[in-house]
Amino acid sequence: MTELHTPLTAWHTAHGAKMAPFAGWLMPIQYEGIVVEHEQTRARAALFDICHMGEFRVEGPAADAALAHAVSHNLATLREGKCRYGFLLNPAGGVLDDCIVYRFGPDSFMIVVNAACAAGDFAILRERLPAAVALNDISDDTAKIDLQGPQSLSVLEQTTGQNFHDLPYFSFRETVYNGVPLLVSRTGYTGELGYELYLPAAKVLTLWENLLDDARVKPAGLGARDTLRLEAGLPLYGHELDGEHSPAEAGFAALLSSEADYVGKKGAMNIRERLIALRLEGRRAARNGDVVALSGGVDVGRVTSGSFAPSLGCAIALAYVEAAAAEEQNFLIKAARNELKAERVSLPFHTRGTARMKFA
Amino acid sequence: MSHFPTDILYSKTHEWMRREGDEAVIGISFFAQEALGDVTYVETPQEGDTLAAGEEFGSVESVKAASELISPVSGTVVAVNAVLDNAPETLNSAPYGEGWIARVKLSAEPAGLMDAAAYEAHCAAEKH
Repeated sequence: MTELHTPLTAWHTAHGAKMAPFAGWLMPIQYEGIVVEHEQTRARAALFDICHMGEFRVEGPAADAALAHAVSHNLATLREGKCRYGFLLNPAGGVLDDCIVYRFGPDSFMIVVNAACAAGDFAILRERLPAAVALNDISDDTAKIDLQGPQSLSVLEQTTGQNFHDLPYFSFRETVYNGVPLLVSRTGYTGELGYELYLPAAKVLTLWENLLDDARVKPAGLGARDTLRLEAGLPLYGHELDGEHSPAEAGFAALLSSEADYVGKKGAMNIRERLIALRLEGRRAARNGDVVALSGGVDVGRVTSGSFAPSLGCAIALAYVEAAAAEEQNFLIKAARNELKAERVSLPFHTRGTARMKFA
Repeated sequence: MSHFPTDILYSKTHEWMRREGDEAVIGISFFAQEALGDVTYVETPQEGDTLAAGEEFGSVESVKAASELISPVSGTVVAVNAVLDNAPETLNSAPYGEGWIARVKLSAEPAGLMDAAAYEAHCAAEKH
């Protein structure tokens, strides 16, 4: 199978990235190394090619009410210029995808979805939205690059010559850079202060290179993106989120405030298992699928993501366990080679993230 | 430093051994550490352990994966590189030097290993 290329694939290859298939796309996994790119993001700023993700526009009369029926997001309290995290659910309340909904106007939205789910999401949304509501897949024409890290604000302002201090967390602004429309969203997947930048695919290379001209910025691959999001306690679709688990099981009950009668609403609060955060004793990591047991030895669940955590110096994991076991403190992970002791901790693992930093 | 130093012999599974009298120092190759990426944990053998050529003697974990270490020699472990406990990334930065894994008193003459030129060809073939 031939993987899809982003508008930046040639750049990555020319700059020595290790490339690998991800969700049908040929993506950079690392340039210099996962750990240095991880540390670069925590300490300064890093730039990620996220062009593989999908973007849909939803517009037309009564799009607001129709979309509120299709996804779990509470749109009644979502103001223009704001965006919100939520879920596309199956009728039983299981998660088909996690996505961010942006509101441009009373009946005008953008939805950003996972690359692996994009085609399925589009078909389901088309089915759930009435014909009068336009649903357009703008993924091919839309580039997305993420500038993340404590110095991302300063870098973005210097590169664009514009002020973004007044843009709060989960807010966005449509602007123009070099004559090209640019959507700047103060969101991300690293736990650090950061911006997701959307612009026409044909124009992304210039902005990518201009941002990297700033010595404080380095490119980072999907390897570091994964360790960063795991330390920040952010879920990854296919690991912490799937059709078998409700948003409440994944720890997102508080997000389910929509009063609309959205698809899957009844099952969204069902709880059979709970996602827990585990800190392991040493550097040795647990991996996706490893069995989780109580310290007495009884199996209670399974690891969904596990890795050495560069910012913590030890291994960490997320796991689904039977709800009755979710309050236990001590667990045993039956890893491929031996048993690893783990202690339940609260999220995020990395507590010094700058994502929610406020600027007066 | 060369990625294929000529004073050592290599195995097909990307470990190396440097002969020093009746002992050998063993480790993993530059090619192996590059394929693994950032090494985050090394499970080393212990002093006194008996190693058999072609059999597992430990494991290496990187951010993305774990893989077994296969011993290039047979013998008894007489020393283990304690640096790797707290600085496993030494395997990345100096795979043929400070990143050595164990020193082994040989119980049999090493066999079936490649010299640098043969190993370089072996790596080139694996890349394609």
